[in-house]
Amino acid sequence: MSDKYDVIVIGAGPAGYVAAIRAGQHGLKTACIDKWKNYDGSTAFGGTCLNAGCIPSKALLESSELYHRAREEFSVHGISTGEVSMDITTMQKRKAGIVKQLTGGITALFKANKVDGLQGSGEFLGEGKVRYVSHDGAERMLEADHVVLATGSEPIELKSVPFDEVTVVDSWRALEFDAVPPRLGVIGGGVIGLELGSVWKRLGSEVTVLEAMDDFLFMVDRQIAKDALRQFKRQGLDIKLGAKVTAAEVGAKGVTLTYEDKTGTQQLEVDKVVVAVGRRPYTDGLLGAGTGVELDERGFIRVDDECRTGVDGVWAVGDAVRGPMLAHKGSEEGVMVADLIAGEVAEVNYAVIPSIIYTAPEVAWVGKTEEQAKESGLPYKVGTFSFAANGRAKGMEQAVGMVKIIASADDDLIIGAHILGPMAGELIGEIVLGMEFSASAEDLQRTIHAHPTLSESVHEAALAVDKRAIHAINK
Amino acid sequence: MSIEVKVPQLPESVADATLVSWHKGPGDRVSRDENLVDLETDKVVLEVPSPTDGVLKEIRIQDGTTVTSGEILAVIEAGAAAAPEPAAAAAAAAPSEPAATAAPSDESAARSDAADKLSPAVRRLVEEHGLDAAMIPGSGRDGRITKADVMQFLERGPAPAVSPSSAPAAAAPPPVAGSRGERRVPMTRLRTRIADRMVEAQHAAAMLTSFNEVDLTEVMRLRKQYRDGFEKKYGVRIGYMSFFVKAAIEALRKFPVVNASIEDHDIVYHDYHDVGIAVSTERGLLVPVLRNAESMSFADIESSIVDYATRARDGQIQIGELTGGTFTITNGGVFGSLMSTPIINPPQSAILGMHKIQERPMVVDGEIRIRPMMYIALTYDHRIIDGREAVQFLVSVKESLEDPARLLIQI
Repeated sequence: MSDKYDVIVIGAGPAGYVAAIRAGQHGLKTACIDKWKNYDGSTAFGGTCLNAGCIPSKALLESSELYHRAREEFSVHGISTGEVSMDITTMQKRKAGIVKQLTGGITALFKANKVDGLQGSGEFLGEGKVRYVSHDGAERMLEADHVVLATGSEPIELKSVPFDEVTVVDSWRALEFDAVPPRLGVIGGGVIGLELGSVWKRLGSEVTVLEAMDDFLFMVDRQIAKDALRQFKRQGLDIKLGAKVTAAEVGAKGVTLTYEDKTGTQQLEVDKVVVAVGRRPYTDGLLGAGTGVELDERGFIRVDDECRTGVDGVWAVGDAVRGPMLAHKGSEEGVMVADLIAGEVAEVNYAVIPSIIYTAPEVAWVGKTEEQAKESGLPYKVGTFSFAANGRAKGMEQAVGMVKIIASADDDLIIGAHILGPMAGELIGEIVLGMEFSASAEDLQRTIHAHPTLSESVHEAALAVDKRAIHAINK
Repeated sequence: MSIEVKVPQLPESVADATLVSWHKGPGDRVSRDENLVDLETDKVVLEVPSPTDGVLKEIRIQDGTTVTSGEILAVIEAGAAAAPEPAAAAAAAAPSEPAATAAPSDESAARSDAADKLSPAVRRLVEEHGLDAAMIPGSGRDGRITKADVMQFLERGPAPAVSPSSAPAAAAPPPVAGSRGERRVPMTRLRTRIADRMVEAQHAAAMLTSFNEVDLTEVMRLRKQYRDGFEKKYGVRIGYMSFFVKAAIEALRKFPVVNASIEDHDIVYHDYHDVGIAVSTERGLLVPVLRNAESMSFADIESSIVDYATRARDGQIQIGELTGGTFTITNGGVFGSLMSTPIINPPQSAILGMHKIQERPMVVDGEIRIRPMMYIALTYDHRIIDGREAVQFLVSVKESLEDPARLLIQI
């Protein structure tokens, strides 16, 4: 292994490893440095997404939902079981197996694309130089024409409720519980808090979600958010809005959380606390002195819309830079940067990035909310269609939620779509594609959607935009 | 100090000239290069520019007098000009203006591709209104037509929003609020002469223009590679013109009729290539000629052009340098022209137009690459040059420029 590369990527999360693979596809001599270590001391590529976030959470969400449906829903189908029980160890083992398969997959992809995957820390020293220190302490000075910073993000810690790694934990540890906590307090009712809360609720915890903001899911379309809140509460998630946690006291019997809401000061006793109040960019040990790479006031690495840092040959992508902290956004930035380095034209369309919450029902959205449409002043029209009227959803016993499509009243251009319901995360893809091609509501109306499918609800919502849904009464 | 203004050197075939009219009187301030007086010969009307800033002290020869080379016309007292120097970048005279209507024929090929990919809403609208999708500008991905594009099109009518060659040459200037006066300005002799020649060219020749495009990547690469060495050795920059002249000559060798001229009913083939290079000056278009350009090296060509351009700007070009010529190259690109149909310089039979170098996405080996492209145009006299030769002439120029090795081995 030589020390001179065309490209060195620091960080092998979804932004970094994708950038490295794409650079390899261009025939660029690439190295990808990553310092991730699991709790058991093992190393793995894939960053937070594969090891501590996206993948393990989806595995547990699936397992926990099956458990829940087996217990609560099977009888409706006429299926009787005995007492349905679950073994958390087996569940965690399955999850770990999936993670291991996928992280191993990255190693294989690196090899196939001739990317040198280097486990250890990488410090960018400026002028194309990177100090690489492997986990066993060996140090090498590497050099590259281009350096891509992709060190991602870390959970935000609350000063009032500091992590103790046992009873007050971050989202990663919350995925690793080896026993179902009888009472779980979740501080933060955003995407991560809701998903984690859902998992442990289904597995038997009594879950209370304490959200500081008065609005539930503030970034989601209000109509959808309202319906979602109703659904989650029906499932038994105790979601308290406007609840600001001020202190946590860890005792023998558990944790006492003190929080303020509009009625005053409250207390909550739980066995474990998960703090899921957001993530912040992680750049510890990344930048040596005088590199010229700047961080903004929130700690994100400053970049333009081509992810250039302003220092020649230095790029930054993923959670470490501005924009939604989504794996797919990071990955596409990684591809863009690799393409630009290879001398091609490339860009990321930040206007059409879908977001998903993997609760049941799922929440998914892309483009403008109705509130944003109203604020923009441009005339718009809206169509909604309930899954209650969707045959497929009924057959699945998941006829909950709706599809909502917002289009410009002037030229019919689809400007936003919001889905609460089964497979929302998959269904949103059709509309993302449509928006990339500047589709109008009429384009969706005139596209055949198979029957019986969940996607018919997308079709009907598009028809509803012009008040001509077939399977609903148009008002 | 006093400076004499003399009658410039007249060409061999011209015995004398008539002083037509003085534009300045004794005591007038004059600026360097400002036209002082017109001298008319059989071939051209010469303007005599002031060699310096100053005051016209004395006029020695009156209107209507016949003069010969070297006679003193006037005396100027040199001094700083009060009036600012006339702007160097004057708009180019006649031949290189945009071809507004040429655009659709080139664009419609690309458009019909996108026109095939119509979304459902667009298909419905097109059918409902009986539209031709090829006429609708597309603002969607890859030039696709969106529903909004059709709605706009229906509202506005066929106003091509996407055409690159805009600037309608005949656009009436917006009316000045209030005043409705007119100004009548007689054409200068040179302008009259140019006007006459343009019309003469149009009437005599069966003129039409063929186009092609050139990928200048290789030329740029060579220029970059040898820029320093060339300048060091020859004291002049290696520009694009030398490449173009060389490429043109190579093509003229292959298609001699493009280098020929018509006299009565004879086609006169020239064994030499006197290539005129159109130079724009404030007074108008001048076309100094590179004699026997086929024998000139790259350095010869570049230094000659620099020399001509400098002397043209200073009004120092001799008539002999402006006459003759078997072929002309004009460059509208310096003014931003993307595509144009130049007018032939009679009695020549063709003129090659160069244009702006513009980076465009091109398909190279099945992939999209950004390439520096230039449209080239050949206006030719169809009385003796056929389409086949014109087209192949351009193809030869294109190939020589895209693969300069061809110039070396003359293929």
